[in-house]
Amino acid sequence: MNIIEQGVGPWLPDATAAPLLEIRDLQVEFRTRDGNAKAVNGVSYQLEYGQTLAVLGESGSGKSVSAQAIMGIVDSPPGFVTGGEVLFKGTDLLTLPEEQRRAIRGRHISMIFQDALSALNPVFTVGFQIGEMFTTHNGLSKKEAKLKAIELMDRVRIPAARLRVDDYPHQFSGGMRQRIMIAMAIALDPAVLIADEPTTALDVTVQAQIMELLTDLRGESNMGLILITHDLGVVADVADKIAVMYAGRIVEQASVHDIYADPAHPYTEGLLASIPRLDMKGQELAAIKGLPPNLMRIPAGCSFNPRCPYVQDVCRADPAPPLEVVPGNRRSACHFWEKVIDAPVA
Amino acid sequence: MPPSHEVILEARDLVKHFGIYQGIVLKRQIGAVKAVDGVSFDLHRGETLGIVGESGCGKSTLAKLLMVLERPTAGTVTFQGKDLFKAKNRELRRIRRDIQIVFQDPYSSLNPRMTVGDIIGEPYEIHPDVAPKAGRRKKVQELLEVVGLNPEHIHRYPHQFSGGQRQRIGIARGLALRPKVIICDEPVSALDVSIQAQVINLLEGLQEEFELAYIFIAHDLSVVRHISDRVGVMYLGKIVEIGDEAQIYDRPSHPYTQALLSAVPVPDPVDRDNRTRIVLEGDVPSPVDPPPGCSFHTRCWKAQEICSVDEPALVRRPGSDHPSACHFAEAAQIVTAHDV
Repeated sequence: MNIIEQGVGPWLPDATAAPLLEIRDLQVEFRTRDGNAKAVNGVSYQLEYGQTLAVLGESGSGKSVSAQAIMGIVDSPPGFVTGGEVLFKGTDLLTLPEEQRRAIRGRHISMIFQDALSALNPVFTVGFQIGEMFTTHNGLSKKEAKLKAIELMDRVRIPAARLRVDDYPHQFSGGMRQRIMIAMAIALDPAVLIADEPTTALDVTVQAQIMELLTDLRGESNMGLILITHDLGVVADVADKIAVMYAGRIVEQASVHDIYADPAHPYTEGLLASIPRLDMKGQELAAIKGLPPNLMRIPAGCSFNPRCPYVQDVCRADPAPPLEVVPGNRRSACHFWEKVIDAPVA
Repeated sequence: MPPSHEVILEARDLVKHFGIYQGIVLKRQIGAVKAVDGVSFDLHRGETLGIVGESGCGKSTLAKLLMVLERPTAGTVTFQGKDLFKAKNRELRRIRRDIQIVFQDPYSSLNPRMTVGDIIGEPYEIHPDVAPKAGRRKKVQELLEVVGLNPEHIHRYPHQFSGGQRQRIGIARGLALRPKVIICDEPVSALDVSIQAQVINLLEGLQEEFELAYIFIAHDLSVVRHISDRVGVMYLGKIVEIGDEAQIYDRPSHPYTQALLSAVPVPDPVDRDNRTRIVLEGDVPSPVDPPPGCSFHTRCWKAQEICSVDEPALVRRPGSDHPSACHFAEAAQIVTAHDV
């Protein structure tokens, strides 16, 4: 059955073997006056129903751009998706006409952003903005949409939803605004929810509330959740599996327990070692030396080689080490993954 | 180097209220934002005092008061026996040399039209007696080297540096006058994890080298624990609990501290399903109209009648080995990031 004809409502797991969402060799570049910045250089991953995949990376690693490419909202120009496939239940979204993509965006795959204040429109009430999902996609009347909006505001635990539905975004606190964004994103029961740094702008106590809400919602609706973040703590709390990105590539992919217990890529190892911990009190933190590469001049071979403690000549030569399956159902893009796994955890 | 017992900076009952006014011709005050509402602490030479709290708790206003960028509504800050807010002109300028600040955002705190050399050298323009004109360039180059930047980059502009490098420039500027106290207002919050560690290491190294005392303001509790000797927890303009790093993190006795610590995500998935987390209900109340009594009682699970009437003082109570502003202070162990 065609994706578009399947109508409203949650996507139930169907008989076909195609995963919920599969990304294959995705490539995105930004063409600027100063040159082409390769933001995403061949990213592949899969997401299943009810699963939380965390995409972990620092600024400029391509984690957000790859999510924007899935949604089809890369700013173009200067951004161009130059290769790869985004398969949603087996259908390649990148080849669909824009009209059909619009129908999928928001209904079947939706996204929440880091900065809720700038993602919400300041001149419309939150009730109108949540209700817009229903008037646009399902053709509900304004009155019905408002009732739906109240229902959703209750679901994301905004107190006194009935009274607050006609308020404007600036009248809400940061945590409440993020709840409104989540309400909009889950309005049409999407199969995939992409959360791009959903709690980065929030205080820790509010962050805990929002992450709890997202986890509960995922449990209720069995949707797949892609959590994009740089926070190693948040990831450890909620993810099922993790993809670590560096300079536009996935360098390691594994279950959350494997990655924290014993990383198989030097970059992951370095990241984990640079978090302050109790037994390191009074000592120097094990910082990763150097800086992430300029995306216009990604080093030949493994892009992490200038900062890597395990580096050998083979790492400096193309091609970059592929993301290979290593024992224990995990993947690492390192020539020396065995050594990295053997190394004691810092 | 262990911090000494000599008190270098002393804040007593510091209060800063920002008035809210109404009317154009006949302006009258209709209320006040109680940003800082009675804060006292001592800072010893060579010590790091961490200040943690959520947005709006008054940590940055506190930093501005300590820098004399704001005048307090009440209270005093004395630096080596001199009252900061009574000092005028020359005396104030002399004191300011000894208290410097490093800001959070390395992008907006450096002037994009000035070269790195001019940015780091600017303190010498204001305090010309510290370095004679002829020797300034050399001093700036030394500073660049101290913070781990290439001294040859003295003629570059801020946009030619990455975020972590810019923060190093900000630190070099803070060091230029050889201060005794540096106020670090969220110095690593804008940086990536791998870069954060580099800057924290740098700050710790500098502290040892120059015998600096830091006031380290941050919302990241694990970073604060790593760098601090003592920690103060702020809520709605007040310090609700203060103690050494182990007292705050291992035996927190104020419910707010306990909730804050339990909310920190632990970077280790083992046992994640067995962890109990205190999730606070609701938001921080407005500092314009803080609740009567203990300002945390509206969100506190231990709250009783007395809490909404009687404001608890920041003192040591039987259930705790350090000062805590809670009538029912009782040490509790919270599993946090730091115990892994």
